[in-house]
This record gives sequence, structure tokens and C-alpha cells, in this order.
Amino acid sequence: MAEKIATREGYGNGLVELAEKYDFVVLDADLAEATKTVKFKKAYPERFFDCGIAEGNMMSVAAGIATTGKTVVASSFAMFAAGRAFEQVRNSIGYPHLNVKIGATHAGITVGEDGATHQCNEDIALMRTIPGMTIVNPSDNVEAKAALEAALTTDGPFYLRFGRAAVPVINDNADYRFELGKGVQLADGTDVTIIATGLMVSLALEARELLAAEGISARVVNIHTIKPIDRDVIAKAVADTGAIVTAEEHNVIGGLGAAVAEVVCDTAPAPVVRVGVKDTYGHSGSVPALLEEYGLTPANIAENAKKAIAMKK
Amino acid sequence: MEQARKDALRELARKIRMGIIEATHAAKSGHPGGSLSITDVLTYLYFEEMNIDPAAPQMADRDRFVLSKGHCAPALYATLANRGFFPVEELTTLRKLGSRLQGHPDMTLTPGVDMSAGSLGLGISSAAGMALAAKIDGKDYRVYTAVGDGESEEGQVWEACMFAAHYKLDNFCVVIDWNGLQIDGPVAEVMNPTPHDEKLKAFGFHVISIDGHDFDQIETAFNEAKTVKGKPTAIIAKTVKGKGVSFMENKTNWHGTAPNDEQYAAAIAELKA
Repeated sequence: MAEKIATREGYGNGLVELAEKYDFVVLDADLAEATKTVKFKKAYPERFFDCGIAEGNMMSVAAGIATTGKTVVASSFAMFAAGRAFEQVRNSIGYPHLNVKIGATHAGITVGEDGATHQCNEDIALMRTIPGMTIVNPSDNVEAKAALEAALTTDGPFYLRFGRAAVPVINDNADYRFELGKGVQLADGTDVTIIATGLMVSLALEARELLAAEGISARVVNIHTIKPIDRDVIAKAVADTGAIVTAEEHNVIGGLGAAVAEVVCDTAPAPVVRVGVKDTYGHSGSVPALLEEYGLTPANIAENAKKAIAMKK
Repeated sequence: MEQARKDALRELARKIRMGIIEATHAAKSGHPGGSLSITDVLTYLYFEEMNIDPAAPQMADRDRFVLSKGHCAPALYATLANRGFFPVEELTTLRKLGSRLQGHPDMTLTPGVDMSAGSLGLGISSAAGMALAAKIDGKDYRVYTAVGDGESEEGQVWEACMFAAHYKLDNFCVVIDWNGLQIDGPVAEVMNPTPHDEKLKAFGFHVISIDGHDFDQIETAFNEAKTVKGKPTAIIAKTVKGKGVSFMENKTNWHGTAPNDEQYAAAIAELKA
């Protein structure tokens, strides 16, 4: 069993590890303990600024700081970073294309017991519609750190999506290399491709085993960069396997599944079945219970993979 | 202030007001009322107060200005053009496809514009961010912003004020353009945000109230702001919406209406007189 660590931990540790290498400041909105920017706050107090519970102001402040040439990392929960502060992100940060890197934690339903008001299943959809916004949804602790470094070294606004719950570490191998905008083929297959993002990537690998036991060969692709999306890896999946199932901890409207479907429609039509939150709100519960309730499981991915295969001409 | 300097500022303000009328008339849309009310403050900032260089608009340690009431972009553009950031002739391209002069300020297009702003409440926060950046870097540049009285109904304005006072941004100066009118009518009737002075004091600001068309008072206020340590300053500038064009003065409908040909001729004639 792989070690389990939340991606927000990778983010928080990454801020500290990269602090000497890159010049940036960190803002938070009274959630440093939860977003894990607290690690940076303790190590570099002169580079950390709490903005209090005022996320809209924080995003516009971040933009103002960035106009002076600094890179700014601004953190809150996904609900408040992408939801509450959408317009500030769009107008203050996105429109002038400033170097603000939004570290949004507690995305998706795995917020758990806090329930629907804090379970943001809409952030990817919101951020995708902002021109010039790069969106990265890392699959584990290792990728979270790598995504942060990519954001710090790439011009323009970023939305980095992290989770609260501990998830298996799947990228801790020597040849792991993060390439912004590139999908990662984790396992090959011929009958169907599972395209997953975030914590669904490790579940997709489990789904592949379930399918293998039934004689079905599934390719697994990790899409960490949701925008700009890797069109080539999707087109290749269609060409090689002829069917796709997507898996995301997000509303099936506007998220990874929608982004993949857009590429498939633009290139070579093929069945795309989307696994995700089915246009509904979250609910209080434990993480395992919620994943089961919302169908974010290896078994459900495998079921839907078979549906996609059945739809092939 | 010496009479000669005051006369020069008045002459500049007159030219800037003409630029506002030229630009909005050519655009057939835009916001002359609030542009004319903030003109004297902008004239003083760009011609007397701020450390800026039209030849080097991105100069690192320059003073900065954010037009939080971004719909009054014609006033900012006319000021920047007269200050030499770009040709005055360009003002008539306002709001036209392909122009550098967008309906609301765009920092990526227009020389001298320090921040894209105009969605109300956002600019003051960004200006506060710049002031914090100066503190982080140990620089002594100052940051100015103009906020509309109607704009102060936005909650984010007060979030920004809380932030500026909390971080003791004494290099930060907010001008409230108190012209008393907003789109739906008198500010006091639409959603009364007053008293600004007591509210801003309670939020931790040093507050100065002036006549926003009196260059002596404007100068005194900006000089006083520079002496204040440990807290930001707010200058509440009592102004006249539409100032300088008699038929536009204190009329709500000139908030967001451009002069037609006849009104344009009358306004220019009055400003030339």
C-alpha cells in the first residue's frame, strides 16, 4: 500500500522548499493552518501576509503586488478562491495577465464532513473560462510540489488545485518529470483510455486492474494540466483505443470530462463517458463514504469504461 | 500656492476637461460627469505631486496611481496625454476597436496606466497591494487611488481600507471623489455610504476633507498626507459632477452619457471661454 499524503501538504512543503530558489510572497485569507501555507508563514514571516477573511480583496491585492514585478502566491479554499473571488481573479489577475499563482486547497467533495457549502465542484469550470489561466490539478504530493515549481517559473496566472484528504503517492519514482501541459500515460492499453485528474488518477489505476481481471485492456492517462490541455494525448487515445472514460472529483459539467469531450469533438469523434459529480451538491460525510456515494470509485470507473467500449462503432 | 503655478494648473485642467469632452463625443459613449469631477485632483497628482516620467512609464520606483473608479478613464487618459505619455490626438480613439484607450483602463495597452481597473471596488485593493509591495522592498514610492462615492457602496472598498490600515500603509493615499451622484440618482438616496470621514477614521485612516476643485486645498492635503506616519490617508474631495461644463454640473444623467454634436460645441465653447 502506497504512502498517503494530501496534495495540500505537498503544496505547503513546496512553498518552503522553493522559497530560497525563487522570489515570491505568499498571501492567505485566515486559512493558513488548513491550506498549509502556515509552513511558509513560520519559515519566512517577512514574506507572508495574512489578508483576513476577505478573499476578494486578497486577489486584487495580489494583483497589485504583482504589478511591481513580484510573483505572488495567494491561497484559500477552492470555494472562496475560485467562487467568492471569481470576479477579482478574472478582472484583477486574469485580464492584465499578472504573475499571481492561486493555491486553492480543499477542492472537491473530499473536504468531507464540512459539507456542501465548502465542497467546491465548480472551480475548474470557472477557472477554465478565464483566458490565459493555466490550471493544474496534481494527482499526488510529488506532483503538487512539481506543479508549484512550474507555476513559479512560468509567466502568467495559475490556478493550482489541491485536496484536503490524504491520497496515495504514485509519482515517487526516480524518473518522474513534470511537464506543464503534457498528459502522462501511466499504463498502456488497447480497448479504452481512462483519462483522470487529481485524486482520481490513483483510482483509475485500480480501475485498470479491475478491467484487466475481465480481460479488458485499459490505458490510463493522468491529465494534471487541465488548461492548456494536452490535445495530442487525447487524440492519440482516440486513435489507439477508440473510447474514453474521464474521471474527476468535480462537476461533470465544465471540468476535465467536458474539456476532453471538447477536444474529441474537435478532432475525431469517439465515445466519451464522464465520471464525476453529476451536477449536484456535496454532502457531509467521511471521505470514503462520499467517494462511494458520488461514484468516485474504481468500480464505477470500470463500469463506465465498459459503457464507453460498448458505444464504439 | 503661488498665483502663477495655480494659473498653470487651471489651464492644464481646462485642457484636460476639453480632452474629456473631445474623447466622449468622439466615442459617442463614456462617462463625462465623474471624469470632470476628478479632473482637478488628477491634474495636481500628475503635474505636481507624483514622481513619474512620461519617457519611462514603467520606471521601477515611480509613484503609482490606480483609477479605482475606472469608468472615469477619459479623465485619466486626457491627463496622461497632456502629461506626454501619448499624443493628445489619440484621445478621440477612445472606446473604438483597436484603440489603446479602452472604456476602462487597461495597464497592458496604455502608457502610464498602472493598473487595469474599473469593476468597482477592485482598484483600491490593487493600489493597496502596490503600497504593500513598496514596504516589502523598502522603497519610498507612494501609491494614490481615486474611489467614487458611489463606489464606496462596494464592500471590497472597506476590505481594502481594513487591509491598508492593518499593514500601516502610510505610503497609501485614497481620494474619495464625493460628487454626490451615481447612476440611479443622488448617492444619499440610492444607498447612503456616509459619513465617509467617520467611517474612514474608524477604519484607521488619517482623514482630510477638502474642496476637490481648489488647488490650494488639494496641495495642502497631499502635503499633509506625506507627513502622516503609521497609517494611510484618505482625502475626501467634495466635488461637482460635470464640473466646468455648466449644463452637465450636478446632473445625474451626465454620469454615463456622451455629448451630442450640439452639446459638444456648447461644452467646448464654454471651456474655451
